[in-house]
Amino acid sequence: MVVAVKPESSPPTSISRKLYSVLDADGRADPETDPKLDVALVRRIYEAMVRTRLIDARMLKLQRQGRVGFHVGCEGEEAAVIASAAALRDHDWIFPCYREVGAALYRGFSLQTYLDNMYGNANDVVKGRQMPDHVSARGVCFGSISSPIGTQITQAVGFAWASKLKRESVATAVYFGDGATSSNDFHAGMNFAGVYQVPTLFLLRNNGWAISVPADQQTHSRTYADKGIAYGIPALRCDGNDALAVFAVTRSAVERAARGEGPTLIELVTYRVGAHSTSDDPNVYRDSALVEEQLRRDPLRRLRAYLERQRAFQAADQVALEERIQSELTSCIERAEATAPPNIESIFEDVFEEMPAHLQEQLAECLNGPRAKRH
Amino acid sequence: MPEMTMVGAINAALRHEMGVDERVVLIGEDIGKLGGVFRVTAGLQQQFGQDRVIDTPLSETGIVGAAIGMALNGLRPVPEIQFGDYIYPAIDQLVNEAAKYRYRSGGELTCPLVVRLPVGGGIRGGHYHSQSPESLFVHTAGLKVVCPSNPYDAKGLMLSAIRDNDPVLFFEPKRVYRALKMDVPEEEYLVPLSSARVVRPGEHVTLVAWGAMLLEALAATEEVRAQGVDCEVIDLRTLWPLDTDTIVESVKKTGRLVIVHEAAKACGLGAEMVAQICEKAFLHLEAPPRRVTGWDTPFPYTLENEYLPLAHRIMPALIETARY
Repeated sequence: MVVAVKPESSPPTSISRKLYSVLDADGRADPETDPKLDVALVRRIYEAMVRTRLIDARMLKLQRQGRVGFHVGCEGEEAAVIASAAALRDHDWIFPCYREVGAALYRGFSLQTYLDNMYGNANDVVKGRQMPDHVSARGVCFGSISSPIGTQITQAVGFAWASKLKRESVATAVYFGDGATSSNDFHAGMNFAGVYQVPTLFLLRNNGWAISVPADQQTHSRTYADKGIAYGIPALRCDGNDALAVFAVTRSAVERAARGEGPTLIELVTYRVGAHSTSDDPNVYRDSALVEEQLRRDPLRRLRAYLERQRAFQAADQVALEERIQSELTSCIERAEATAPPNIESIFEDVFEEMPAHLQEQLAECLNGPRAKRH
Repeated sequence: MPEMTMVGAINAALRHEMGVDERVVLIGEDIGKLGGVFRVTAGLQQQFGQDRVIDTPLSETGIVGAAIGMALNGLRPVPEIQFGDYIYPAIDQLVNEAAKYRYRSGGELTCPLVVRLPVGGGIRGGHYHSQSPESLFVHTAGLKVVCPSNPYDAKGLMLSAIRDNDPVLFFEPKRVYRALKMDVPEEEYLVPLSSARVVRPGEHVTLVAWGAMLLEALAATEEVRAQGVDCEVIDLRTLWPLDTDTIVESVKKTGRLVIVHEAAKACGLGAEMVAQICEKAFLHLEAPPRRVTGWDTPFPYTLENEYLPLAHRIMPALIETARY
């Protein structure tokens, strides 16, 4: 006799391959799925999406001008990042990949602090120790960013698990891309979360590309949501360029987690309009016609059209918004550029809570030795 | 005062700390009902429940990654890796993540966890149950590495490790697990980290060892004493950050240094110690520092006693160094 792991009477894992959506290309909401959000909230989400896009454009320019060393943005994926973060409660934690700084900014992480990180200066929260965009924003329950792919997934599961053990009503949302679904940590994290039913939201930004490898070459599963079946984790697909849909599915996953019903996998189907990062040139591997086609799904245009239909936004608002963001950016950039680099001590501090003898010696050696000609 | 093996002493340390600090949770493979394949966690799930002693699916990446998340969320996880030889799937989580959290977040986020791993040879375990991978972690900025040689130190070091606010790798020499018993106080006591112990004072040669090789070092010391060589034996106890002062002070007295470790010779911890002694006590040296170590080969099964730096290999090194 073949014995199953779970009794046959247990319900099948609910997964939906149908793309959940609310907004059409012209910003009309489907009355069946419309979460009917307060228009002020929608406007706040839209403004944060615009801000994120303008920041990305400005950082790209600064990088090309040689003023910052690197940038990794989320052009085209703003709804997947911002609307999902907006659907979390303030005390829910975010374990980011490296493309979701917009979520921290939405939660109130200061733009100045972000720019200080871009410049790795003395005011940088991570003290110039990491590449640009690798911030840490504990104050807004937003974890520390590392470059290895997928490592945040098991950590997010452990974090959520601890909340469950402490009987705290905190959900943990972890962002990652389609490439990360091939990582050890995705497998281990999904598996642990399924077995222990921890309150984790797996927010899979399927943006079509892992640098140059297309999403259909990353898996032989029919959809990325299908991966939930193997782990017994309910999964669904959502139009990741539809802010209202992203908000609705994320909110319902938060509610599931809060009810103690365990993890959810959400495949946010979006598109990486830009390069992987400022170090990448997609023209080598991607036909620009593909991008043109995707621009019709642009999340900003769709949400703006929705707001305009609600008479909650007009052209003049857009002009004022962009002016406000640009001037805020300019002053933050100026301040960040005028700030000195971190001091030499910062190299040696925070390796351990207390600086051990060998690092004290090396700090003294470094301080008393010759200085590098440039930073 | 009860007599305990190292297995018993570590069990007692975990039991004590779980009793006084509800943030301490154990997580690993087979650690619950079974109490671990070496029984180090025996009885703890019965006492503290399944929320505090957690049997996980079989994934070292998952165990360490989840433990990091728990540590970030205010718990004090003590993950068990069933054998040190199986730590490699978790290397990314240890080297790139746990070790770097404090640094890369500018001190905003910290990872107080103690990864327990049985290490070393001498149990007929072959390559996959005998390795001593300390150098990998010593070389990684941000990790502490501990390795007790006896039950008393095991308990005191474990309490210090759990209370430390940095990630600690706790190497448990499985050859010693049940090899000896000694008096271990029931009450709590701390053996501080980064504090080597002079086990036996001596005049002629400084002999540094740790873990299972400390017993071999002591045996070799007894043998060569008959030939007029008086060794000062240092038990390193914490492998990183190194208690360099204790070694330097001893070498300044003896002028001679022999280091013993099971791990392979090339880039082993002995190499680092020799370099530091050359930098800090060069003019005191009367003989070239010697390393008696595992060979730069995989760990063999049948001939493990030819691989291990046991007393029979330590003795000639001591005599040659003393008479150099």
